[in-house]
Amino acid sequence: MRGITKRFPGIVANDAVDFDLRRGEVHALLGENGAGKSTLMNILYGLYTPDEGEIIVKGKPVRMESPSAAIAHGIGMVHQHFMLIPVMTVAENVVLGQEPRRDGLLLDFDKAEQRVDELARSFKFSIDARELVQNLSVGTQQRVEILKALYRSADILIMDEPTAVLTPPEARELFQILRTLTREGMAVIFISHKLDEVLEISDRITTLRRGKLVDTVPRAGATEAGLARGMVGREVLLRVEKRPSTPGEPVLSVENLAVLDERGLPAVRDVSFVVHAGEIVGIAGVDGNGQTELIDALTGLRQIESGRVLVGGDDLTGGDARDHIDEGIGHIPEDRQRRGLVLEFSLAENLALYAYREPPVSRLGWLSPRRMIERARGLLSAYDVRGGGPQTRAGALSGGNQQKVVIAREVERDPKVLVAAQPTRGLDVGAIEFVHRRLVEERDEGRAILLVSFELEEVLSLSDRILVVYEGEIVGEFPPTATQEELGLAMVGGTREAVA
Amino acid sequence: MSAPEPEVPGQPTGGDYAPSSAARMAFYQRAGGVITPIITTIIAFLIGGAVVAATGHNPISTYKGIFEGTGLNWFFPWVDGDARVTAEFNLQQTLLVTTPLILTGLAVAFAFRCGMFNIGGQGQYTMGAITSVWVGSVWAGLPGVPHAIIAIVLAMLAGALWAGIAGILKATVGAHEVITTIMLNWIAYWIGTYAFGIGGPLQNDANESVPISNDIVPDVHLKVWWGDPLLQGLHIGFFIAIGALFVYWFVLNRTTLGYEVRAVGYAPEAARYAGINVARNYFLAMAIAGAFAGLGGAMDILGWQFRLGSLDVQTSTIGFIGIAVALLGRNSAIGIFFSSLLFGALLYGTSTRSLDPEVFPPQLAGNLTLMIQALVLLFIGADLIVIYVWNLRRKLRRKTAATPAGAPV
Repeated sequence: MRGITKRFPGIVANDAVDFDLRRGEVHALLGENGAGKSTLMNILYGLYTPDEGEIIVKGKPVRMESPSAAIAHGIGMVHQHFMLIPVMTVAENVVLGQEPRRDGLLLDFDKAEQRVDELARSFKFSIDARELVQNLSVGTQQRVEILKALYRSADILIMDEPTAVLTPPEARELFQILRTLTREGMAVIFISHKLDEVLEISDRITTLRRGKLVDTVPRAGATEAGLARGMVGREVLLRVEKRPSTPGEPVLSVENLAVLDERGLPAVRDVSFVVHAGEIVGIAGVDGNGQTELIDALTGLRQIESGRVLVGGDDLTGGDARDHIDEGIGHIPEDRQRRGLVLEFSLAENLALYAYREPPVSRLGWLSPRRMIERARGLLSAYDVRGGGPQTRAGALSGGNQQKVVIAREVERDPKVLVAAQPTRGLDVGAIEFVHRRLVEERDEGRAILLVSFELEEVLSLSDRILVVYEGEIVGEFPPTATQEELGLAMVGGTREAVA
Repeated sequence: MSAPEPEVPGQPTGGDYAPSSAARMAFYQRAGGVITPIITTIIAFLIGGAVVAATGHNPISTYKGIFEGTGLNWFFPWVDGDARVTAEFNLQQTLLVTTPLILTGLAVAFAFRCGMFNIGGQGQYTMGAITSVWVGSVWAGLPGVPHAIIAIVLAMLAGALWAGIAGILKATVGAHEVITTIMLNWIAYWIGTYAFGIGGPLQNDANESVPISNDIVPDVHLKVWWGDPLLQGLHIGFFIAIGALFVYWFVLNRTTLGYEVRAVGYAPEAARYAGINVARNYFLAMAIAGAFAGLGGAMDILGWQFRLGSLDVQTSTIGFIGIAVALLGRNSAIGIFFSSLLFGALLYGTSTRSLDPEVFPPQLAGNLTLMIQALVLLFIGADLIVIYVWNLRRKLRRKTAATPAGAPV
């Protein structure tokens, strides 16, 4: 691809980008959200037509008018969201659109299954062509997507953030598969913003920033810090810098809390802990060990079965979400798009999600959009939200900027306690750094912060104390100097007996 | 591999777009602006014209006849003499039909903005009409103005109550409002049929053989401000409907209540998280929607019908057309004004009273109206296609513009 330029109204998504791919290599495409990675690949796959530049496949300039043209040139793409039909078998999904036929009209199921089996065997995939896709794990479904591309004789495979949906063991299997494919002479484009993965799997790494090519480097000699600098355009602190905490009064006290999940089963069992002013307490644990229910109970979104929640001595047990907000619990929710923001609302309206019922935004039920916008303008600049003004739709912002809007709204209320659930999920390096720095600043302001995260590294680098949950119970408390191994063992229940 | 999603301005492609009704609504709210409804209407009229041609009539003169039947030619300064007098009368009638359509359209739109699909405008309208005919025909001793105000307020409360039942059921047990409002439509239908039927509680005292209510007392009639009151001139209810459009806009955009309603409509989870009582908003939004429809019923009774019969209750479709009005008007105040004017004009323009049978037989023309209505609804459902075609056209134009230039610019 040479000199690819693609403009959208208001932005240049790709600005004269050069990209080349060699047979038998994994070439990583690295960049922050919105850097133009996906646009570039959508151009290659024929979903967009470039405004300038040319695409050359195997020495010949080609025009990619549509995905079918791209497929004809041997390009396959595995999207982040799979394009599979759950109620059909693996074989049916793979051959869809290019079915082997019998008597010119009927689908030849046997032949389809046989060919898919052969294909899977030749690339050492363990997969049953007769299994229904809905019964497969996410990792296996991804393999079906790869098979689809292989079936269409692709020799160039584009993988759009393939590890975002995978568990770590699945990701390792995927890397194994990618190595097999490249040994067979295929070329793989690996889109990602995770530095460690990129360093592990790729042969060469191309970095994009704001639509422009930064550089293409071989893996040998590339470092996380160097790549991060390329992505963000400045030095990035991968480790959070913070002074030791000076905890004050206890602010949030949880006493013998028990909460049920949707099915009415105990999700949080007899949990007690205290968070003091000016400290970050991290809750570490594998997803699904009661964290969601704990957060919901602390923020009044879920009923408490027994036990008490106190903020600064006031008992909040039994209150609804509004009571919790009014008593000073701020909440950065895990699901920013569904809970944190009303995506169809403007930024001003989102920032007013609590303030709408108080002066100056409203008086006696009358809303003042003018004052709402004025207030938003100040907050947006204070929190360095980019990509739109007060009247921009929240859904149009990148993930990092959306999160800044959420944080601005929560911190603006000056809450005593800030519950941060997965605050950096899906964010890129620059935004993660912002969120981390901000949380530490809020701690130093004297707020009590409860951090719930599935990323061990995040918990370790931010927290002043770490609580490990397993099956709804707190199974251990660790200092931030604990190792990943110690925490990891506790997270799978290894220390349960010792504490109990 | 799947085809790309249609490219929509301001809509990032490829995102995970939950196909919930709220998301679809959000999409309609944003997509295509004013262009899609206009294209939708034009296509519906073109197809309608093709059908007219297929029946052996001239579509152009038919549409001209319908247009003149609506009285909209009154706005043309060159129309004078007898034609002007006829146009004036026709326009009064068109606006008379437009009035309740605005209100039932608002009933659908307000619930829509809270993420609910109110199919029950018809039932709410009927309950408003029944209440106002009852209040208007009793308490004859009251002075006119307070009597009318009481009739209107109680009609609105009746509509609010009727819709509120659906709202409460949704808020408490999660019963889907589409199902409950349809059921409530039928209950209202049978209440009306029974109340005015032979021997029914509200049936005419003087003539026991007709299934019609008593007339409301003349004092509560809404004042006619344009045209002859004896020839069914235009009553002040038209301005009340215009006022309701303003109230609708104001409540949604300038009050905390409207803010909550919109937040719940777009993202109930986010609203709940922000401490907004979602269930309460479901109920309130439905009740307010029902009040609009109930007001529509009162306007028709106090404005020009003055009585209500079992047959009126059974044949009325004002509430159902309100769904089309809201959809075509994209739930905006100004859009609802124009779409109810369009449907009002179609309804009256094709009625036997106004269309010249020489041009097109009115009994067929009534069906033409229904057909155009249905086509508009169909194309609103097919909005995505219209937008897709629109974008395709633009893409093609870009391409043809780029091709003669040859090499990339």
